[in-house]
Amino acid sequence: MEWRRIIKSSKERQDANLADYEESVRQFSWDKARALLDGLPGGGLNIAHEAIDRHIASGQGGKLALRWIGRDDQVRNFTYGALGAAINQFANALARRGVSKGDRVFSLLGRTPELYFVALGTLKNGGVFSPLFSAFGPEPIKARMEIGEARVLVTSEAFYRRKIEPWRKELASLKHVFLTECPGEPPEGTIDLRAAMVDCPATFETVGTTPEDMALLHFTSGTTGRPKGAVHVHDAVISHHVTGRFALDLKPGDIFWCTADPGWVTGISYGVISPLSNLCALVVDQAEFDVERWYRTLEREQVTVWYTAPTAIRMLMKAGADIARRFDLSRLRLIASVGEPLNPEAVAWGMEAFGKPIHDNWWQTETGGIMISNFRSMDVKPGSMGRPLPGVVAGIVERLADGGVRAVETPMTKGELALRPGWPSMMRGYLHEQERYRKCFAGDWYLTGDLAMRDDEGYFWFVGRADDVIKSAGHLIGPFEVESALMEHPAVAEAGVIGVPEPTVGEMVKAFVALKDGHEPSESLRKELLGFSRKRLGPAVAPKDIAFRQNLPKTRSGKIMRRLLKARELGLPEGDISTLESEER
Amino acid sequence: MNETEIRAIFLQELGNIAPEMDLQRLDAYADLREALDIDSMDLLNLMTALHRRLGVNIPELDYPKLMNLDGALRYLGDRLK
Repeated sequence: MEWRRIIKSSKERQDANLADYEESVRQFSWDKARALLDGLPGGGLNIAHEAIDRHIASGQGGKLALRWIGRDDQVRNFTYGALGAAINQFANALARRGVSKGDRVFSLLGRTPELYFVALGTLKNGGVFSPLFSAFGPEPIKARMEIGEARVLVTSEAFYRRKIEPWRKELASLKHVFLTECPGEPPEGTIDLRAAMVDCPATFETVGTTPEDMALLHFTSGTTGRPKGAVHVHDAVISHHVTGRFALDLKPGDIFWCTADPGWVTGISYGVISPLSNLCALVVDQAEFDVERWYRTLEREQVTVWYTAPTAIRMLMKAGADIARRFDLSRLRLIASVGEPLNPEAVAWGMEAFGKPIHDNWWQTETGGIMISNFRSMDVKPGSMGRPLPGVVAGIVERLADGGVRAVETPMTKGELALRPGWPSMMRGYLHEQERYRKCFAGDWYLTGDLAMRDDEGYFWFVGRADDVIKSAGHLIGPFEVESALMEHPAVAEAGVIGVPEPTVGEMVKAFVALKDGHEPSESLRKELLGFSRKRLGPAVAPKDIAFRQNLPKTRSGKIMRRLLKARELGLPEGDISTLESEER
Repeated sequence: MNETEIRAIFLQELGNIAPEMDLQRLDAYADLREALDIDSMDLLNLMTALHRRLGVNIPELDYPKLMNLDGALRYLGDRLK
C-alpha cells in the first residue's frame, strides 16, 4: 500500500531550526557547529561543561534543567544550578576516593535523579561513563563490566544484592560501589551514595579533557562474540548538540521528554547531553509504560518535544487514538521516534491521534548521534527514516568479493547503509577489539550492518539487518550471548537463537535447543531453561520462547545456521543452503 | 469461577512467564514487573494468556489495575462475576 506523503506547512518550515534542508546541508560545516559550543575556559572540551556549567556561567543557572516524576507521582525539580551542584558533589565523591581521569564509572540504575549526577559528575571528573540497562541479568552486566574494566559502579541496593554481590569479588578492577535507595546500613564493601555526596562540596573544577579523550562507553551486540564497547569521546557533544537542534528541533526553554531508558545510548545522547546542551528542561518519569500516565505527563508537563520509540507508539496505538484526544497536547511541537523502523501505519496514526506526524530517525550506538532523520520542515514519507543530517554523508553500498565496496546509485536498490566517517560522535573504536572495529570499514565507508534503499529524492528506507542481531523493543540483542547462557545448562548440547517478528516489540527472542544424550524434551525442562536463562540474562535478553530440536542445522565447520532456522520458522525461502552439512531434525 | 480458581490460573500463567521465581512468596501488593523481572513483552504475553484461559479481554487502559497480585485478582474476579 502506498502511504500519502505528509506535507509540511510553510509556517512549520519557517519555525523550524532547520528551515531549509538543502540550504542547511550546503551551509553546514562541523567547524561552524563546534563554534556553537564554548569549550573549557582554559582550553579543551568536556561534555559536562557544555551541558551544565556554561549555562550557569552565562547566568542561566535558575532555569529548569530536570523535572523528575517518581513512581508515586512525587516531583523533584532541579534547576541548572541545583543539578550542577549535585553533579559537583558526585565528582568530588569520586575524586576523594582517588578515582581519576580515564577511570570507568558504570551505572545500573532505573530512571532516577542520581543517574544524571553520576553521568555528568563522572565526565566532569575526567572519567568515562558507561550505562547498563537495569533489565539486564547478572551475566550481561558482568561481561560488560569486565570488558570495560569498571572501577566504580553506582546502583541501587536491590540491584546490588540480586545482580552484583554474588560475583563481585571476581572483578578485581572494581574498587568502589555506591548505592542508591539504601535506607539501612550499606552492605559490606559498599558506600551509601547520598551520604557520600552530602559529605562533599558543591563546587568542582572540571578536569581538563581534550576533544579526543574518552568520555562514554556504550555497549552493543554483534552476531558473534562478546558484547562490544563502543568508545566515544568528548568531541561527541558537538554532534549531540547540533543534531538535537536539527532533528529534534530543540530550542532553549523546550520541555523535552525522551522516553528511552538511560541504560542505552539514546537515553544518554538524547536523554541527557543533547537537551541540556541546548538549554532545555528534561522530563523524566520513573514509572514503567502506562497509556494514561503517558498522556497525562505530556499534558501536565506541557511537553513541547517528545522523543520516543516504536514499541511504545504501537502500545499507544493499541489503546486507540480516542484516548490521546482526551488530553490537551497542544503544546507538543514535534514527535520523534527511534530504536527500530517506525511502520507507516504508526506515522499515519500519529496524524490521527496528535494531528502531527511522528518523525522517524535512524542511528546506532556506533554513530553516537542521529544520522538520518525526518525533519520538522521536511515532508514526511511514512515508512522512511528521512534524509541525512547536515554534515553526514550516507550511501547505499554493495560489498564486493575482494572485501571492497561499490556505491549503488540506482534509486530504490537494496544495499548496505553506509556513512562517510568524520562526524564528531562517531565511535573511536570498540574497546580492546581493534579487529572488529577495522571490519566496520571498507573503502571510505563505515558499514552500518543495516540494509536499506534510497529513493530519487534522497529519502532512505530501512529494509532489514545484514547480520543475525535481534532487535527487540528497540534494544539490540546478540544471539551469541543468549546461546552461551543456554549452553551453560547441563542438559543443553547446542543452541541457536533468532528474532521472530512480533507486532508490538518488533522482534521476540526465540531459542532452538538440542539436548544432550540422556535428556528428553518436556514442558518442565522447557520452563526450567526459560527460568535458567532469565536468571542469568534478565528479561531484556532472555528468550521468550524455547523450542526443542534433535539437531540444529550446521555448516561443515559446525556453525549453527541461524538464518536457516529463521527462514524455516517464518516459512520463508531457505536461500543458499550449499554450506549446510548437518541437517535440522 | 471462584477466587481460588482464578488465583491458580493467574499464578500458573505468571509461572509460565517467569518460571524461575518463587510465586508462593510473592507479595500481593508488589509491582509484578519489579518483583518478577517482567518486561513489556512478558506483560503482553501475560494478558494474552489470561484472555485465552479466562475469556476476559483486558483493554490496554486497564493494565495498570493488574500490576500486582491483589489488584489483578480483584479485577479478574469482578470481570468474571
